Amino acid sequence: MKKWSQLLRALPFLAPNLAGFLVFTLGAVVVSFYLSLTEWDLLTPPRFVGLANYASLLGWHRAETGWEPLDPEFWQACYNTLFMMLGIPPTMLGSFLLACALNQKLAGERIFRLVFFLPSIVAGVAVMLLWKWMFNADYGLINRALWTIFGVQGPTWLTSVAWAKPALMLMGFWTAVGGFNMMLYLAALQNVPKELYEAAEIDGAGRWSVLWHITWPMVTPTTFFILTMSIIGGFQSGFDAAYVMTGGGPARSTTTISYFIYNHAYELLNMGYAAAAAWVLFAVVFVFTLLNWRNARGRMQ
Amino acid sequence: MSSPRPALTLSRALSYAALVGVGASMLLPLAFMIATSLKDTQEVYDNSGGLFRAFLPQKLLWGNYAHVADVVPYWRFYANSVFVAALVTTGQVATCAMAAYAFARLQFPGRDFLFFGYLATMMIPGAVTMVPNFILLAALPDWLAKIAPSIPWAAYWTIGDTIPVGRLVGLDSYFALIGPSLFSAYGTFMLRQFFITLPRELEEAAELDGCGLWRIFRHVTLPLSLPALATLGIFTFLGAWGSFMWPLVVTNKEFMRTLPVGLQAFQGQNATNWPLLMAASVLMLLPSVAIFLFGQRFIVSGLQVGAVKG
Repeated sequence: MKKWSQLLRALPFLAPNLAGFLVFTLGAVVVSFYLSLTEWDLLTPPRFVGLANYASLLGWHRAETGWEPLDPEFWQACYNTLFMMLGIPPTMLGSFLLACALNQKLAGERIFRLVFFLPSIVAGVAVMLLWKWMFNADYGLINRALWTIFGVQGPTWLTSVAWAKPALMLMGFWTAVGGFNMMLYLAALQNVPKELYEAAEIDGAGRWSVLWHITWPMVTPTTFFILTMSIIGGFQSGFDAAYVMTGGGPARSTTTISYFIYNHAYELLNMGYAAAAAWVLFAVVFVFTLLNWRNARGRMQ
Repeated sequence: MSSPRPALTLSRALSYAALVGVGASMLLPLAFMIATSLKDTQEVYDNSGGLFRAFLPQKLLWGNYAHVADVVPYWRFYANSVFVAALVTTGQVATCAMAAYAFARLQFPGRDFLFFGYLATMMIPGAVTMVPNFILLAALPDWLAKIAPSIPWAAYWTIGDTIPVGRLVGLDSYFALIGPSLFSAYGTFMLRQFFITLPRELEEAAELDGCGLWRIFRHVTLPLSLPALATLGIFTFLGAWGSFMWPLVVTNKEFMRTLPVGLQAFQGQNATNWPLLMAASVLMLLPSVAIFLFGQRFIVSGLQVGAVKG
């Protein structure tokens, strides 16, 4: 009886949130898994196909020219996603160096922090449109600057298969370098014991030597955390920017996994196939989440 | 720091130079955005006159800002965004605070199991739940029509015969834009972590005074938690304000679009009118920038909780 009265006491507090959780998360997860085992275009009733969606997503077959994926577009989306995740290490390095520069207690530190953080706050469609305009091949600010300063004819950026991904990565760098990761590094730097620096100074170590042999190793847990979180985010990202700036092109060169899922779900109405792709994405993300948890637990001990 | 040495001064000077350089590259695109928003439609296609001219409009056409709604119902998008973001923010903070209170302070069977369930779902990509949620919303009017046939669930409503407000539920409804965001596992988790750090004594004293749970929650726990509530509120607002994919898939009618979706459609109309589009974009950024400036300290404090997430 006591248990029931406890539950009755708690339920009014829990109910609104729990209802949303049960319907839009838990229920959706269960339905999504079932959908991934079906073929469904929303118009005709869903047809159970077992693991066929997963097989066509991940499967390879022997063609005349050798092994080929059953769905090259999916693998291309994976390649595009991984390619754009190559922007993660430079961005992290940038965040780390900016945090080190800020950590010297210079005058005006607050202003710099504010300015660096601004892009990550304004990030979104408005800024994507701005960058789309800046990347314009003929009149964009970037090619104008390349021409005026270096006398170089810039690439056509968003309409070039070779340059569209780097263009989106460049925008990503601008957006993220001074954002949350830099703040995390800044917090981590403030926890490095002063004695280490003093000892290094006595040993006559140079600034760069201190940076790479003391500071960088001391913030390794933060680096690991940022890296895994960025990888988790990286696998899931890319839709908004590609939809707004390139439409996933040219020649699908900016179609990431999330765009692939959108494309199948809402444009081609392959609900089951899209759900299966989402579960593949989940499986990949799950591995990195486990890594992150293990790291976090290790840090607490 | 008793005797600053040359090496230190040099490194500081270099740091300053680097910081100023980076700061400038952060601000230049935004300055260019504002400059473009004040230019003449043809001026943006004029490459003559050097790089600085790109940042200096020949004439400041503030009137561009009055023309943002000439091609698309811009202010309707704006009103939709404000309405949706405001309701999502207040609603989500409220439901998360209540659930977090139950998880932090109340004993009930299955509590830890349920909380673990919340934690476990935080790592599930949005792509997994988005497809079934879309299907649910698409099917909802039909389902409800079977339960309560007297209500026209699928009909489009208007206020005063002139202002369309979409359906009650389903696609093209404010319910679709707001409903799924009225709860959050992460927000519940974050507030729960904050609530368990609060001293229990105050709540116990209130309980001895005969206060019920609801009053303790309202008058003791919430007032002590304003910083955490502000942090969650700011992140929720920024997320709702910028949300793109979900509003894109659940709205078809132009008058139901939020700003991000509406702006993206803006560029497709005719040849893109860059000054107007940039003016529209600048106006869209204003609430985010204002919240950022006023709420900085909450954003930074939210990071510490964010670092525990994962």
